[in-house]
Amino acid sequence: MEWMITADEPGKTYLMQGNEAVARGALEAGIRFAAAYPGSPSSEILTMLGHVADKMEMYAEWSTNETCALEACLGASFARVRSLCVMKQNGLLVVGDALHSASLSGVKGGLVMIVADDPSAHSSTNEFDSRHQAKSAALPMLEPANIQEAKDMVKWGYELSEQLQQLVMVRTVTRINHGRSTVTLGQMLAEKPNPVTIGEWDRMVAINWFKDAQIAKLDQAQEIFEESPFNWYKGPEAPEIIIITCGTGWLYSSEAVEALGLNEKVGILKIGTTYPLPEKFIVKHLLNTNKVLVVEEVDPFLEQNIAGIIAYHPELNIELLGRCGQKTLPRNGELNPDIVRNILASLTGKVFTGPEVAVIPPEEATPLPARELTFCAGCPHRASFFLLKQTLRIHEGQGVVMGDIGCYTMGGQRAGHYLYNFLCCMGGGINAAEGMGQLTRFGFKQPVLALAGDSTFFHSCIPGLVNAKYHDSNMLFVVLDNSATAMTGFQPHPGIGLTAMGKAAEPISIQKVAEAIGCQVTVADPFDISGTTEIVYKLLKQPGLKVLILKQECATLAVRKRKKPRVWVDQDLCRGDECGCGRFCSRIWGCPGNIWDYEAGRAKIDEVVCVGCGVCASLCPAGAIKIEGGGADE
Amino acid sequence: MSKELVKDPLNIIICGVGGQGNILATELLASALVEKGYFTTVGETYGASQRGGSVMSHVRISAAAEYGVLIPLGQADIIVSFEPTDTLRVARDYANKTTLIITDSRPNYPLGVLIGEAVYPPMEAIEAELKKLSGEVKVIEATKLAVEAGNSQATNILLMGALTALPQVPLTADDYDRVMEQRFNSNALELNRKVFKIGYEHINK
Repeated sequence: MEWMITADEPGKTYLMQGNEAVARGALEAGIRFAAAYPGSPSSEILTMLGHVADKMEMYAEWSTNETCALEACLGASFARVRSLCVMKQNGLLVVGDALHSASLSGVKGGLVMIVADDPSAHSSTNEFDSRHQAKSAALPMLEPANIQEAKDMVKWGYELSEQLQQLVMVRTVTRINHGRSTVTLGQMLAEKPNPVTIGEWDRMVAINWFKDAQIAKLDQAQEIFEESPFNWYKGPEAPEIIIITCGTGWLYSSEAVEALGLNEKVGILKIGTTYPLPEKFIVKHLLNTNKVLVVEEVDPFLEQNIAGIIAYHPELNIELLGRCGQKTLPRNGELNPDIVRNILASLTGKVFTGPEVAVIPPEEATPLPARELTFCAGCPHRASFFLLKQTLRIHEGQGVVMGDIGCYTMGGQRAGHYLYNFLCCMGGGINAAEGMGQLTRFGFKQPVLALAGDSTFFHSCIPGLVNAKYHDSNMLFVVLDNSATAMTGFQPHPGIGLTAMGKAAEPISIQKVAEAIGCQVTVADPFDISGTTEIVYKLLKQPGLKVLILKQECATLAVRKRKKPRVWVDQDLCRGDECGCGRFCSRIWGCPGNIWDYEAGRAKIDEVVCVGCGVCASLCPAGAIKIEGGGADE
Repeated sequence: MSKELVKDPLNIIICGVGGQGNILATELLASALVEKGYFTTVGETYGASQRGGSVMSHVRISAAAEYGVLIPLGQADIIVSFEPTDTLRVARDYANKTTLIITDSRPNYPLGVLIGEAVYPPMEAIEAELKKLSGEVKVIEATKLAVEAGNSQATNILLMGALTALPQVPLTADDYDRVMEQRFNSNALELNRKVFKIGYEHINK
């Protein structure tokens, strides 16, 4: 809620989402600059900051990619302005070079990076653990255990960043970003500093001369962390087991200890400053026990850093358990209160008695249809995937398709007729296609295609396109241009003509960029299935690099702008199962708007779901699907 | 100090399919609880739910302490669901013999059913299994009632009316009304007040 993150009501308690709390913490610290590339689960942070930027006398941008975002923040920091950089775990790997370099130069104005991890990859292609990057880049890191801490840590992160003259990383997880809980607001910084003049001898230079300084900053961070209020111990003086935990593990562990009645036997050491670890503080507590269970999200990062401490302290006698140690916890996937409680029960020989639960034998359970993900009704990707699949089938020789990251990643599943063969990371498709396209010299004959969305094109495909053009690879690069960063919630990108702060900007044309590189570019409408199929067929016959832009606006956006035509099935014309089309519209085309009328034995349109794109009408062999009305912008 | 709860923490699950409005309904519920002084946490599981997936919110209410955002298996006290098969899916994981279930009866067909590869089970079978899994099942034709009242999109608030009417939930209709007043413009407020009342009275009669 935007009013909540800007409210000047110190001491007032509100229900806040984790992402709201992060934005609030940064605003309380007086940031004047924020930059991000969208990525679930952190996207809401910059969306909100963009909306309140004018009011809060700050600047916010959706940067073209995460490296642009971080380095833009470095520029702001050089002028002594506080800045916030937001990304998800994959984005952090995109900025790897910038990150490791910037930690050598350090910062001037406070710079806090929020990196949101996605354990179990709820809305990601992987569950990378960002914390390795903080360690690798020698950066201090904080991990909030609840929503209040998310706000407080971000705010304090600026003081720490300026004290150390170093970037500070705050690692959150989906359950924090998308969780809600009570947050008590703090004071807003009274006066936001203005940018200073950069003097002739003012420097922010990242070279190895500064490595000693970088290490000294880490040592200083460790000393500060020894006294941090974000670390605490709760439990008996001589516990049988100490749970060392961070992030969401704190509340799961507390609930497990409570549920098993282990308050007298098990202590919890909650760490909020997870890199570098407060070694003296941890050793002091480890001297009181012989068994430690580490509870944390994703990798055994905390656990193996604790193992490092134990290795350097022969006075400790610890059996270390966790995601690695004796494989006590699962090595893969998100934790939850059940996993933590069950492990603790088995370690202590306790039996948990919960409420009585009915057990239904599998043969008596009602079979439930799965909820499968699919493209929205009227989605242009459905048309693009259908026509590409169809063209590759009629083209002699099976084509190889390299996918990429966006809504269209779903096209590797049934929604897109299992079209693509390869998936790596953002911008990975075009580069893999470039490589494979070079193999024609060795007799490789299959057509090679790469897919990318419009936001992905700007994010990471331009160097790949330059590479493919310069080396004249034999490939077809298909840009699925739906004029949206749809997957993460329609954040604007450079092709849109709008900024994060809602200001108009001159849109950058993908076609002109590709033409300026020297590519042959064709623009086609994916909704014109037969016309565009012919275009693709011809392009596949040509040698060298071809660029095809399949342009049609995201249906979720388009439906808000246009009057919806009525699409309906004339059931007198539909031939039902006698047609021979095999119920093409509902079974193969697979749009949620195309349903089957079991009573009539005929096709039908779900007019609540249908957005009126009318593509199915052009595909029905009986001409039974009709379109009425609709059209121009309202 | 807030009033003691019948059970602490009180665990409520609100679930449905993406686009049915359960995130907003949950947020209003939790805001009302925070205003009453309860520790309230909400965990939302949605992933790519805009594209037809399930959405589930866990609400944990306590007069004593903050709880983690996820409810342990078998420990939901109340399940409010916007879609029958999702009700059953969630009940299998989270219900126990004392759980109270409120569910809409209107199906939202998944892709497999639309293309004819899977079958949507009859409501009677769903209800029979729900009864075995829980303490009590209340089926409400919530979407139908909301459509009659003016708009199917208000189904979420109708179900919140039903939830608020339960004696276990430490909220009055006025408490929920105050947060609706803050959040909705006058047209939406009028409709939502109307459907909230329908849901509330449906439980109280």
